[in-house]
Amino acid sequence: MKKKEVLVLEELLGSNKKIAAEIRKKFEEKGILAVNILGSPGSGKTALLEKIAERMRPTYRMAVIEGDIETERDAERIRAKGIPAWQVITGGACHLEAKMVGKIFPEIPKRLDLLFIENVGNLVCPASYDLGEKIRCVLLSAPEGDDKPKKYPKAFTTSDCLIITKSDLLPVLPFSLEQAKREALEINPSLKVFVTSALKGSGIEELVEFFLSSLHNLRQKNA
Amino acid sequence: MHELSIVANLFEILEDQAKQKKAKKIISVKLKVGKLSGVVPEFLETAFDVYKKETIAERARLEVEEVPLRVKCRRCGTEITKDDFIFICSACGSRELKTLSGTELLLEKIEMEV
Repeated sequence: MKKKEVLVLEELLGSNKKIAAEIRKKFEEKGILAVNILGSPGSGKTALLEKIAERMRPTYRMAVIEGDIETERDAERIRAKGIPAWQVITGGACHLEAKMVGKIFPEIPKRLDLLFIENVGNLVCPASYDLGEKIRCVLLSAPEGDDKPKKYPKAFTTSDCLIITKSDLLPVLPFSLEQAKREALEINPSLKVFVTSALKGSGIEELVEFFLSSLHNLRQKNA
Repeated sequence: MHELSIVANLFEILEDQAKQKKAKKIISVKLKVGKLSGVVPEFLETAFDVYKKETIAERARLEVEEVPLRVKCRRCGTEITKDDFIFICSACGSRELKTLSGTELLLEKIEMEV
């Protein structure tokens, strides 16, 4: 019996990273701003996208990829706003992977401004998978508690934006906005923080402006 | 719990390597898992044991080396091992830290019988 030791040094998520890099390049070439939305189940991802859709239409062309373990419900909610939406049913998988976005890519309209990818509701696994997005946002709803950044550091370290949702409930919850922001910024000092309420419509304008200025920057690079 | 999906990727690499090196079987596999990789080593081990049945790595041993989170301050140059995930320099208070290690999820080496 002959033994052999092989040094491999290969990234275990290397194949996902490679596909994600190809997707990112395609999005950039087409001038599409892709945004990956992470958050727990019920943190208000779809409600936020509904509000963004209302604000973007009819000036900007927006589309949404919805990731869920089961049902078409979220895609139907987005379509009801007059926005194209594709539902990816993962059938039990707890996160989206770049190849799932790649499969939808041929169906995405050529002329598009913003593509939102709503990940499966989960603060853990989606954080490890690059989907080829330009911007990653993590949602933290007020009822979840202000301690989440410390508990789920990976989701917060890999994100560009923290969107605190359901801020209309802050007056009745023991949620310290100051603590949530401080702890999130300790984990990731470059996080941009937005405080929103889809129900009341507050904070949506600032967020939309951020996406539009990011889109502008992306297009300027192409010009 | 995306460890099973990661182990599925690992087996793609293992089978590919075994074929390239014309291995009869895989004896051991060593991974490097960063503290901030988003992966739980124990779950990886469980998933590995489930997945390896009826593969070239059926009797393989999995070794997981946990890599601590190491950062370097861009301002004062201090290198720190972080037990928490607070990205503030403990020497000068700067928030400009560079991650040196601790985010990796690597297949380091494979021992095989050829």
